[in-house]
Amino acid sequence: MGILLFGVAKDITGAALLEKPAQVRDVASLKAWLYEAYPGLQQLKSVMIAVNRTYAADSQVINEQDEVAVIPPVSGG
Amino acid sequence: MEILINIKDTITVQEALDFIQSPACGGEVIFTGTVRNHTKQRSVLKLFYECYEAMAISEMQKIAMQVQERWDIQKLVMLHAVGDKYPGDIAVVIAVAAAHRGIAFDACEYVIDTLKETVPIWKKEFFADGEIA
Repeated sequence: MGILLFGVAKDITGAALLEKPAQVRDVASLKAWLYEAYPGLQQLKSVMIAVNRTYAADSQVINEQDEVAVIPPVSGG
Repeated sequence: MEILINIKDTITVQEALDFIQSPACGGEVIFTGTVRNHTKQRSVLKLFYECYEAMAISEMQKIAMQVQERWDIQKLVMLHAVGDKYPGDIAVVIAVAAAHRGIAFDACEYVIDTLKETVPIWKKEFFADGEIA
């Protein structure tokens, strides 16, 4: 399954959906790959990863069927 | 506690009022967040709200559960608008009904503060000078 992107993360990467590289096995390796592939993301105050619609810790494993999303700082309200 | 959660193009205070009215409640608190025509002295033409809807609904439900654990609230409404919004438009409505006003104020403030921290909704600002941020 792909990686969903929202808000400014979508603007920085130029994509609403990215393919998950094979080396990405958990949240930490996803963040490392994102920061390397899209250095602009490092300028953000925070980048959270959601796995199956829940905020995930760096240690969380990502499986093929998981819904994964990149969550830049939220600004609702 | 009865809960109404919705994310859609246009939201109204009336739908929140209709939902929270109850003969068992004596205190109803309604917060509305509207689009401001300026940010840090710069003129704002419009905002665009986008959301990760499935997760946003799930996070709003979590807030509702926290309210239920902390306060004796009878009714809770959380509405958020998405899409293009112009100065004066309503972007968010929180409504709380309880037997007495004190906990309704507390719960309402908790809900809007937490929503702004955790719910995956994003606004983009379109300034009069052409910048988009």
